[in-house]
Amino acid sequence: MNRDIAAVYVLWLRAMKRFVRSPSQIIGSVAMPVLFLLFLGAGFSSIKFPGIPAGISYITFLVPGIIGMSMLFAASFSGISLLWDRQFGFLKEVMVAPVSRTSILFGRVLGGLTTAIIQSTILIVISLFIGFRIPNVFALVITLGFMFLIGLIFISLGLIIASFMKDMQGFGLILNLLIFPLFFLSGAIYPITILPASVRYITMVNPLTYGVDGIRGALIGVSAFPIYIDFIVLSIVACIMLALGTYAFSKTKNV
Amino acid sequence: MARIRNVAKKSRYAIEVSNLVKQYGDFKAVKGVSFKVKEGEIFGFLGPNGAGKTTTVHMLTTIIPPTSGVAKVAGHNIYERREDVRSKIGVVFQDPSLDDKLTGAENLNFHAMIYGMDRENRRAMIKEMLEMVELTDKADILIENYSGGMKRRLEIARGLLNKPKVLFLDEPTIGLDAQTRRHILDYILNLNKRYKLTVFITTHYIEEADYLCDRVAIIDHGTIVACDTPEKLKSGLNGDSITITLADKSSASALSKYIRKIKKIRDVKQNEAVLYVYVNDPASALASIMRAAYEERIEVLNIEIHKPSLEDVFIHYTGKGIREAEAEQNDRMRAMVRSRMR
Ligand SMILES: Nc1ncnc2c1ncn2[C@@H]1O[C@H](COP(=O)(O)OP(=O)(O)OP(=O)(O)O)[C@@H](O)[C@H]1O
Ligand SMILES: [Mg+2]
Repeated sequence: MNRDIAAVYVLWLRAMKRFVRSPSQIIGSVAMPVLFLLFLGAGFSSIKFPGIPAGISYITFLVPGIIGMSMLFAASFSGISLLWDRQFGFLKEVMVAPVSRTSILFGRVLGGLTTAIIQSTILIVISLFIGFRIPNVFALVITLGFMFLIGLIFISLGLIIASFMKDMQGFGLILNLLIFPLFFLSGAIYPITILPASVRYITMVNPLTYGVDGIRGALIGVSAFPIYIDFIVLSIVACIMLALGTYAFSKTKNV
Repeated sequence: MARIRNVAKKSRYAIEVSNLVKQYGDFKAVKGVSFKVKEGEIFGFLGPNGAGKTTTVHMLTTIIPPTSGVAKVAGHNIYERREDVRSKIGVVFQDPSLDDKLTGAENLNFHAMIYGMDRENRRAMIKEMLEMVELTDKADILIENYSGGMKRRLEIARGLLNKPKVLFLDEPTIGLDAQTRRHILDYILNLNKRYKLTVFITTHYIEEADYLCDRVAIIDHGTIVACDTPEKLKSGLNGDSITITLADKSSASALSKYIRKIKKIRDVKQNEAVLYVYVNDPASALASIMRAAYEERIEVLNIEIHKPSLEDVFIHYTGKGIREAEAEQNDRMRAMVRSRMR
């Protein structure tokens, strides 16, 4: 048991060390959502979307969506570390250790979660410079809670895909095919209420919709569902995804 | 009666393997190997590329599940009691398994933490191990800046940190210079003596197996073809050997026909243009062989006499030298790659 806790801690610490030692990766992964924020913000700011209440600028509406996007991308792509570790042999060192596979998985999830949250927090700070305002600390705490849940769900997704993949190109390909639709159909860049009914059903089964909605509710007081509904849905999905991730990881090949 | 039972109880095995098989698709990488390694023994797995050494190590260290068969390591079943096995072993894999974005000291420290060692113990052991592999002054640089040999040494240090009962070494000296190789071999011998550490080592260096191992299993194409002490393996052969190199295969065949008629010759084996002649008294046999060659007008390019080595044992059991066995395997690999590319 002691060893299991140590393993979770060690794998988390390792992720942190690797993270701070690769600044280019940090810059790269923060740059993409920032570019989306700037270009979408500049392009759509003059358009009046019907679902955005008067008095809220498009860019204000967009920031919570881009926070969701940043979590989605950072979390799901952190699964690639499993493929790296398998390719560079470090996975064998971890898998031959006398600790439960679950603790190894949790260590990886926690590491990916922390790096994703740090990256998205940098994004939030940047958004303050372009005029975004956070109403109070409580809103920030709720936002962090939603970021945490979005992170859990999509790290699990990344790990599930990585568990069954052999090469990194394939991983990137499949993940991109999955996450771009998830992003566009989440209400991150426009209100889901403007979508035709058939497409709206798709957004209803997309967990990111509830994540973005929750963050938006917390930060700007605009949401399609009550925040507690967002929270419950995300929590349930997160539990299911973690369970699936644990199962997939237990089946993954060590060499 | 009571005494015998007592003895039987005491003779514990560190590794017991019975009919272990690993199959990939239709291909059997390991075809049912069985052997036992006593506690405190250095046991070698000697075989050419692709013989199934790494596959066996991976099964015994719980990295891959066996297709069939049973094995116990440190008293625990490798499939049913994986975690118990893991806590009793140290492993140095054939391929690198360090995190190269961490420093040497971090790699060791993380390993020690996962194995549940407390801070004091960690610090003392890491210091001792770094000194042993002479990497103390490189402890704080990133692994990506280590040379191949330094990485290897660090992995050996890491494998020993948790004071394993059984140490698995999969070709630990590959890619190292002669001096470092010797250093590491002597260190393994020393650990084995001092702590009665059981060592399972794979190699395709015959000298290494001869120098290090109490017992050696010769493995070829997934099968153990012989298993004994190096001395017994060698003395089980047909005495000393004479290696004769001829111009081509047909003259080798011709000469072999005449050599077989000579008395005192125990056995002749041919491999292409090379003959291996096994004799009890090499000096007198040599005279007869040279006379036969002269009379039949067969040109002899080279001739050597030597005491039996493990190389001869290998040739005896597999019909070819270990390097040729490897060349053969490489050809097969190349053919495979070609057929995949098509
Ligand atoms: N995952 C796999 N799928 C299919 N075949 C495999 C797999 N792993 C190993 N093999 C095959 O099993 C055989 C034995 O491989 P193994 O790595 O055990 O050899 P080895 O004795 O360790 O050789 P070397 O000296 O080159 O390390 C080889 O023919 C190899 O191609
Ligand atoms: Mg091998």
